[in-house]
Amino acid sequence: MKKLPMLAFLTVLTLSVPAAWGDSAPTAPILIGADKISAGDTAWMLTSTALVLMMSIPGLALFYGGMVRKKNVLATLMQTFAIVCVVTILWWLIGYSWAFTPGSKFLGGFSRALFGGMTFMHDPVNQLSVSHLALTIPETVYAMFQLTFAVITPALIAGAFADRMKFSAMLVFMAAWSLLVYVPIAHMVWEPSGWLSRAGVLDYAGGTVVHINAGMAGLASCIVLGKRLGYGRERMPPHNLTLTLIGASLLWVGWFGFNAGSAGAADGRAGMAMLVTQMATAAAALSWMFAEWFAKGKPSVLGIASGAVAGLVAITPASGYVGPTPAVAIGLAAGVICFFAATSLKHVLGYDDSLDAFGVHGIGGMVGALLTGVFFSKEISGVDNSIMTQFLIQLQGVAVTVIYGFAVSYLILKIIDMTIGLRVTEEQEREGLDITLHGESIE
Amino acid sequence: MKLITAIIKPFKLDEVRGAVSDVGVRGLTVTEVRGFGRQRGHTEIYRGAEYVVEFVPKTKIEIAVDDGLVDLVIEAIMRSAKTGKVGDGKIFVFDLEQVVRIRTGERDSSAI
Repeated sequence: MKKLPMLAFLTVLTLSVPAAWGDSAPTAPILIGADKISAGDTAWMLTSTALVLMMSIPGLALFYGGMVRKKNVLATLMQTFAIVCVVTILWWLIGYSWAFTPGSKFLGGFSRALFGGMTFMHDPVNQLSVSHLALTIPETVYAMFQLTFAVITPALIAGAFADRMKFSAMLVFMAAWSLLVYVPIAHMVWEPSGWLSRAGVLDYAGGTVVHINAGMAGLASCIVLGKRLGYGRERMPPHNLTLTLIGASLLWVGWFGFNAGSAGAADGRAGMAMLVTQMATAAAALSWMFAEWFAKGKPSVLGIASGAVAGLVAITPASGYVGPTPAVAIGLAAGVICFFAATSLKHVLGYDDSLDAFGVHGIGGMVGALLTGVFFSKEISGVDNSIMTQFLIQLQGVAVTVIYGFAVSYLILKIIDMTIGLRVTEEQEREGLDITLHGESIE
Repeated sequence: MKLITAIIKPFKLDEVRGAVSDVGVRGLTVTEVRGFGRQRGHTEIYRGAEYVVEFVPKTKIEIAVDDGLVDLVIEAIMRSAKTGKVGDGKIFVFDLEQVVRIRTGERDSSAI
């Protein structure tokens, strides 16, 4: 009975929080009563979180692992797996706080460092914290969901520098990149105090934050590292496209968590995001396949898988803002344009983007981010701008990410190269990274 | 005694094995090999990067026979391995000095 007054006090506190929102929604993570949580939303976001983690491991790991030569398979799988672990720890340390709590226009605050203040309190208190960006799910789920995005983005970069970066240098690069590039861009675009968010840039699930960002870092890394030994003279065909196709398929399935999960809820917008994701992906897979069939004579497995990923990338920023028909258009455009980027542009410009991280994610992200400004639907998005206005805002978002992503990545890579060294020795590269860096091989 | 070595198309192996068994061959050795002849390789394209595969996968069989069987075996291989297209392979015949069966120590004809 002694507990009663305390309980009553806490109940009042609990009830007073939602009432205090009034007309103005909260602008920082807050404590609310557990009864304010939506079971449906939470269930979907728990599911989405698992789906997006599956995109990285094993999805992306297999997608890339199948494309490299046999001597570098384990090293490639290892990169993705290790990045997942490192970025998870950084997210807890400060990443989540800097990205998703209010702060300056460029970076969030320290309030959630070490996930401090992120809590769930059992009966009788029965309260938990929620993010101001997703009020109907526990903050733990929101932070985990965003963690899976923070994890896959640096892992995407690895496609550009496959076969030739030191593992130690890669760990340092990824840790630095995560905190100096991913986190600030995520804050700028997704946290309401970020300046690109305020400017009205539409990026539903990460066209700028995830894909352009990773693509530009990929371009920077293959420029700083240089080409693989024997590039253009020796055979470097993928060693097992079965793995690649399985990886692409896992990415496709997982992407429903990525895009429809970005609704933060199990609602109509999530449903529309799922639908348009499927449309754009199929359209892009076909457009890459037919483009290749026409230009190179055969419709290839690697081609249709690459096209699907290009479509997934391009619909990502648009997925909460467009209907199914524009989604098909975005997919068709992404398939052809990324095909051109990965098969021609790369050879014309002469950089060795080994697995086309820039060609697919960088270019596909730009196509998607810009076309979001053309095809956004007023009904779905609630955005009332003219196409020209929104397109220019999108262009601003793309330009900032391209410049910031490339410049800071380039700087980090140069510093690592000058200090601990970025590239493996010639002997190591010849013999393969599996045996020389990890002491293992698949034979 | 002769050693007959034949390079054939891999999918013809079972037919060749049957045909030489029918004329009295009681053992042969198979190796997976690669090489080129008049049948050129093919081109593979991965995201626009073209690779010419110059060495085509083939199967090599080796058969030790008595002199009297040589022509029959050659005919059997030709009959069974032939598709009529470039790349059917070749047959090489060598003199064979000695044959020893390891288990019994038997030599030459009785060891074949």
